Amino acid sequence: MLFSEVYGSYYNVIAAILSEAVAGELTDQRINEIIGEKAFAESVLTIPASLRNGSWPLLTRENTTPLEHIPSMPLTILQKRWLRALIQDPRIKLFSVPEAGLEDIEPLYGEDVFCFFDRYSDGDPYDDPQYVAHFRTILTALREKRRLRIRFTGHRGSRHSWKCAPYKLEYSAKDDKFRVLIASPHNTLTVNIARIKSCELLDHWTDEEYCPKQSVQETLILELKDERNALERVMLHFSHLEKETVRLDDDRYRLTLRYDREDETELLIRVLSFGPMLKVISPESFIDQVKERLNKQAGLRA
Amino acid sequence: MAYSELIKNFERVRDYMRQFYVYGFKSRDEYDAKSARSYDNERRRIESWLGDYMSFRQDAAGKNVFISVDSRTIPRNPLYNAFKAKSFTNGDITFHFYIMDLLTDGAELPIGEIVDAITDKYLSSFDTELAVDESTVRKKLKEYESLGLLASRKRGRQLVYCRTDSKSIDLTLWRDAIAFFSEDDPLGVVGSFLLDKLPETPEYFGFKHHYILHALDSEVLCDILLAIGEGRSLDLTIRSPRNKGVETCHTVFPVKIYISTQSGRQYLLGYHYTLHKPMFFRIDSIRNATAGVIEKNPDKYSGWYGKFRENLWGVSIGIEHNIDHIEMTVHIADNEGYILERLEREKRCGKITIIDAHTCVFSADVYDATEMLPWIRTFIGRIEKLECSDPDVTETFYADLKAMTAMYGGDADAV
Repeated sequence: MLFSEVYGSYYNVIAAILSEAVAGELTDQRINEIIGEKAFAESVLTIPASLRNGSWPLLTRENTTPLEHIPSMPLTILQKRWLRALIQDPRIKLFSVPEAGLEDIEPLYGEDVFCFFDRYSDGDPYDDPQYVAHFRTILTALREKRRLRIRFTGHRGSRHSWKCAPYKLEYSAKDDKFRVLIASPHNTLTVNIARIKSCELLDHWTDEEYCPKQSVQETLILELKDERNALERVMLHFSHLEKETVRLDDDRYRLTLRYDREDETELLIRVLSFGPMLKVISPESFIDQVKERLNKQAGLRA
Repeated sequence: MAYSELIKNFERVRDYMRQFYVYGFKSRDEYDAKSARSYDNERRRIESWLGDYMSFRQDAAGKNVFISVDSRTIPRNPLYNAFKAKSFTNGDITFHFYIMDLLTDGAELPIGEIVDAITDKYLSSFDTELAVDESTVRKKLKEYESLGLLASRKRGRQLVYCRTDSKSIDLTLWRDAIAFFSEDDPLGVVGSFLLDKLPETPEYFGFKHHYILHALDSEVLCDILLAIGEGRSLDLTIRSPRNKGVETCHTVFPVKIYISTQSGRQYLLGYHYTLHKPMFFRIDSIRNATAGVIEKNPDKYSGWYGKFRENLWGVSIGIEHNIDHIEMTVHIADNEGYILERLEREKRCGKITIIDAHTCVFSADVYDATEMLPWIRTFIGRIEKLECSDPDVTETFYADLKAMTAMYGGDADAV
């Protein structure tokens, strides 16, 4: 049973409150702080009142509790089965997790039950020991906030060597690739882990030394014509981006998307994939690229 | 009934969240709600769960509420919060903490002692109307046994209960894996429950092309996966907007879950017992998936899959499994070797034939070539020729190309 109160926010918040009560450290102020940190926005209207008015007799007026132990809960069978299913995933090797305690657990799903039918076929080599070693070194660097010396081959075959601070490990389900986002004192870069030739763990870094630059965000305005179920297809396709939609009339909509400038070419072909159902309204530079593709196509006389 | 931010049933809020997230242009009056108050309550709940991820816009038609998030910039899927808002009774939450406390440290107790201890050890500290009785506690113990939180065994003539803690599972050693898979795995919401138990969660994972909407279908997906694991048939209740919201029922033998990494859509592929053919069902249109009997002859209803998948481009099986043959001739300019690489990695079936240094042909035999058109259009600017055994496919492609050229002010007759 997935939708159960035992996984709920309230149970977690009450457990946190009672933990401090068992330790004899709970104050009224802490109750509100814990709710503010862990609960939903309006939970503060319910939780303190229910604890105080006897609805949930768990906490006395003096902020003590008859519980003798810090609240805890065993893993449910669903949680164990989910963990067991992960052990079948080829990427689990990247995380060196212990299988102890799960040997007799039935996986929640079989290893071949999912088919990611439009995933690109040149994904990362999760069986390559060197790749796994690089991944784990990067993960350690992220966990311990340490610098790295990485040597890698760029897109055009040139070799690079960077002493850098890694600050994010990014995965794309479509590409089936991991990339590490790194910063030097003057620059930031995204490196495919599969392109890394060597990776060495260095000393710790501080936020003052490295300040990762924010990606440059652009705005794309599109006009959508709702034919062939385009409305739903477009909305889902671009749903991972920050977006706003306005209805213009019965079957026309204006869609405003925010995207990373580095991904413009990818976005261009994604817009083209919707054919005449999507029209680029702005920026002009994006429109010019669409026109260029159409002109090239006209030149090929397809 | 007084408003609560918690809910008993997930189904209604699933619809609202989906519409707020996917569309976001509808005003209050356009929602298919029982009443305006019903809409207001659902909106208020979702606002409470999602906080800053909710946005608002006021226009002539009224106030529009929508969920807008760049999923690349967030470490955790906010939609999982909806699964953490299940309502409960005062007894549920109180007895939960009492029972877990009583059985900590490996204690094994029969129900009578549990009920006595709840009264004497815990409730006696409070001036409360909450009372305990054996049948309520028994129900709770049975529920927790089915969830795997408790186990029972016979001790003499008594049934005793204990917790199922496993010292050998150390979640802190799983921390990074749980943080990653809680976002990437189709049932990542379970990982999100586990992350809630950890004192700290990693913030350094990011996800590109990350579709988060599937989270709302987690319960249905979980039911399907359990049925697949046990080799059971499934009774599906489907409500599709295309069918004007009318519910239909289907009994299938579930075989696979198909997932698009380019839209986030999930599909169940199963063998339809009545129609005698494989069929895809969008999981977001499945209202209910109830496991039926264990299929005695599973190979009969899944053995076709190996052959069937060879001609599948996406999730359309066309009409009567006719096969379309399609060929796309692609021009590769100087220094555009990456186009060939694109074709290689993006094709899902078929083959590529190199004609000369600047030309290659991609060909495939698929159930429904229409389904390939969006992908084919991504090669606009490089397509020398498109041919297909289904003339509708090529007609649509060239008509669309003409419309696009006209749309951008070009010479529509030029192509």
